[in-house]
Amino acid sequence: MTDFSDIQTIEHDIIIIGAGGAGLRAAIECSAQGKNSGVVCKSLLGKAHTVMAEGGMAASLGNADPRDHWKIHFRDTMRGGKFLNQWRMAEIHAKEAPERVNELEEWGAVFDRTKSGLINQRNFGGHRYPRLAHVGDRTGLELIRTLQDHGIHQGFDVHMECTALTLLKDGDNISGVLAYWRDSGRFVLFKCKAVILATGGAGKAWHVTSNSWEYTGDGLAMGYNAGAELMDIEFVQFHPTGMVWPPSVKGTLVTEGVRGDGGILLNNKNERFMFDYIPEKFAAETADSEEESNRWLNGDTGARRPPELLTRDVVARAITTEVKEGRGSPHGGVFLDIASRVPAELIKKKLPSMYHQFKELAEVDITKEPMEVGPTTHYFMGGLRVDHETQETAVPGLFACGECAAGLHGANRLGGNSLSDLIVFGKLAGTGASQYVDSLSKSLAINQEQVATGIREATSILNRESGKNPYLIHDDLQTVMGNYAGIVRTEDDLKKGLTELARIKKDIEQVKAPGASQFNPGWNEALDLSSLMIVSEAVTMAALERKESRGGHSRLDYPGEDSEGLKYNVIVSKGENGMEVRREPRDTPPQELSRIANASIDDLEAEVVRERNNG
Amino acid sequence: MAKRTFNIWRGDNSKGKFESYEIEISPGMVVLDAIHKIQVELAPDLACRWNCKAGKCGSCSVEINGFPKLSCMTRMNSIPEENDVTIRPLKPFPVIKDLVSDVSWNYEQNKKIAPFKPKPRDADGNHRMYQEDIDRVQEFRKCIECYLCQTICHVIRDQGQKEKFVGPRFMIRLASLEMHPLDVADRIPAIKNDHGSGMCNITHCCTDVCPEHIRITDNAIIPLKERVVDRYYDPILWLKRKIFG
Ligand SMILES: Cc1cc2nc3c(=O)[nH]c(=O)nc-3n(C[C@H](O)[C@H](O)[C@H](O)COP(=O)(O)OP(=O)(O)OC[C@H]3O[C@@H](n4cnc5c(N)ncnc54)[C@H](O)[C@@H]3O)c2cc1C
Ligand code: SF4
Ligand code: SF4
Ligand code: FES
Repeated sequence: MTDFSDIQTIEHDIIIIGAGGAGLRAAIECSAQGKNSGVVCKSLLGKAHTVMAEGGMAASLGNADPRDHWKIHFRDTMRGGKFLNQWRMAEIHAKEAPERVNELEEWGAVFDRTKSGLINQRNFGGHRYPRLAHVGDRTGLELIRTLQDHGIHQGFDVHMECTALTLLKDGDNISGVLAYWRDSGRFVLFKCKAVILATGGAGKAWHVTSNSWEYTGDGLAMGYNAGAELMDIEFVQFHPTGMVWPPSVKGTLVTEGVRGDGGILLNNKNERFMFDYIPEKFAAETADSEEESNRWLNGDTGARRPPELLTRDVVARAITTEVKEGRGSPHGGVFLDIASRVPAELIKKKLPSMYHQFKELAEVDITKEPMEVGPTTHYFMGGLRVDHETQETAVPGLFACGECAAGLHGANRLGGNSLSDLIVFGKLAGTGASQYVDSLSKSLAINQEQVATGIREATSILNRESGKNPYLIHDDLQTVMGNYAGIVRTEDDLKKGLTELARIKKDIEQVKAPGASQFNPGWNEALDLSSLMIVSEAVTMAALERKESRGGHSRLDYPGEDSEGLKYNVIVSKGENGMEVRREPRDTPPQELSRIANASIDDLEAEVVRERNNG
Repeated sequence: MAKRTFNIWRGDNSKGKFESYEIEISPGMVVLDAIHKIQVELAPDLACRWNCKAGKCGSCSVEINGFPKLSCMTRMNSIPEENDVTIRPLKPFPVIKDLVSDVSWNYEQNKKIAPFKPKPRDADGNHRMYQEDIDRVQEFRKCIECYLCQTICHVIRDQGQKEKFVGPRFMIRLASLEMHPLDVADRIPAIKNDHGSGMCNITHCCTDVCPEHIRITDNAIIPLKERVVDRYYDPILWLKRKIFG
């Protein structure tokens, strides 16, 4: 066996993989709990995906509309998730989000204000009231910078540009992480008692995506390989509004804030088509005329919400249909118009980064002309299955939070519910992992065999005489996922997808990256391919298993929701002979929560008023 | 479709040279797309940094034909067709490899700045701040830490005085704390003595390169310099301000 004495070894109680909102919030909590912890991240600190979030974070602060309450946020989240959410997670999230947002202010965050000087909130799809605390259209930057600037004084270490490859176990328990430094290409061994995964999603399995190079599902794959379960992984969110032109920015996100602030969707006949796509379940709470929508925009609290603000799955499918039926825009999208609705100065003030993005990348002035937009792969509702309170996975010592964890969002995530998810469950993961470390009595060892295998697999990519180009394999995989496991799916397509993935898997075994290991993007890309493959297979197999359409998962051969579909979650795990898929029966919902989620909005609003008057 | 020639720095701090690459350019391409295309077709191990590809993360900073820029926001059609495109890493920082430089010095500066220290909440548990009082702070908080301003600032770039001056990025960070309506810490002595506010001679070069259009010099550095002057050279005025607001 190779000699490991020359491999750099770093020891912490807890390793947090990921430095987005979830990872940083978890690390802050680990420090607060007195644990020695280290954050490992692929990019520089402050550059994680969270920085790109635009619209805001949802919390029922009630500053913009005093009628808001956690129960209504909870109800919106369950309805948005088509009732497949983990009930307790949705409850904890709705209850704790306001405190977590206020805490950010304590750490220096500067949110936009209401007239009376409180944190302002904006409208977003699926949220009954203006609920998203925000900073223009750069809320993610505010979140990450606040956590970063506060975090660097809390005592945890940050190991930047360091990519985790494999989780190491001593028997059943997590005991370390094998990683490599991007700059030197050298391996590093982290010895620890617990790991928190906060690695985000895997949008890079598709061509048209709002996600960056980091989103290759590493955490999902590492967790899966270590024996954790993936849940709800068939539910991928296609955001309705990505840029469609020019080709180099296809997929780049256009925030839902554009619609929240009054933007409307039009087809090439200048029709406001969303009125034709209002699902029955939402009809009672959605405006049915342009006149009513306009009243809502002008602040009439009696008016119902415009159909452009229906949940993302509904809007994305509507756009796909319009384009398919020949009513699309010149570059295969539809029009998003805010120019004719909101004064130019206000657009620049409320949506400055959208203004610049279009001006500089597409030469379009959004204060004068409509944007062209279409669906883009955006978010993973599914991920690692965790306990709702401790965030622990099935593997002792392995925790997960943020986008890489499953449960809160069910079949479809509401905009703004991710940033709040990160801070609520990031903190809980920090507590959970700290408690686990406290309770651990045995000492843990690093298994040298596991380290050797990890290193051998990684270096063989460089050492091979010849082999396939990693960039081209990635391109191939993206095409396959786009064609066979995209926004609408069928059994035939998904099966074809699996066959194609099996072919690509062989290519990955033969991948070759030329050059040395120092800051070598070709090698880095090749290493990410194995994570992308695991996630792609999992999505496709889970999508085959769910024979209905619900939220982010649309089956042409099984249109519509099937009440059977509410009785299980699809679980993917690693078995003796490869990937296994099963249906895990869902527990009966807690009675009180079920009552709240199913109450009519009028009853629930009245209940909240009563409660407040009595309390 | 046109072919364009790129001269890209290959190598590290100790040795290296510009290599020439020729690729096809399609409409709408930015310089970062071109770099990616070169990686796929000609040089798979060409090192560069990027994340968001939309001007939001500040990872992709390089020097393009002599100017520090975000490669993801520099359109190919903004560079005259008769010119080659020369790309090199940020000059003031050590090169790790190719287009990637070691920017860790910046992270060290941030750590030296006294963190935010809020005053107590109002009786109802809220912090109150009015939009007009935070507009300025929000302008500074738009910073994406691309370090283009750090790269262009001659104090850091040509005079190599990194140990004496935190640079424009951290002057606005200091300003965002000093002007934060809730913050009660006093950083003025440190701004003068440790962070080197006197080193800046107001050339405005930092403001000119900032992709977030933050008015670094006028809105952050000059007001901070004034506060330092008030404190050290006009203590009476400072006391008056402190007492009468
Ligand atoms: C353009 C855009 C706009 C959005 N807007 C909103 C919005 O307005 N509101 C909202 O609620 N949500 C929004 N979202 C979604 C939200 O931003 C993300 O879901 C969320 O930021 C994910 O945070 P995270 O902490 O889970 O992970 P991330 O912030 O993605 O961080 C992942 C971290 O894991 C690290 N990592 C990954 N793999 C490895 C590895 N192998 N080794 C080491 N480190 C690793 C990465 O380096 C990174 O630090 C938006 C998303 C996008 C793309
Ligand atoms: S104005 Fe000051 S900080 Fe900005 S570039 Fe000039 S000297 Fe540097
Ligand atoms: S101030 Fe502007 S130029 Fe300087 S780092 Fe921030 S965004 Fe970049
Ligand atoms: S890649 Fe994020 S700013 Fe260029």
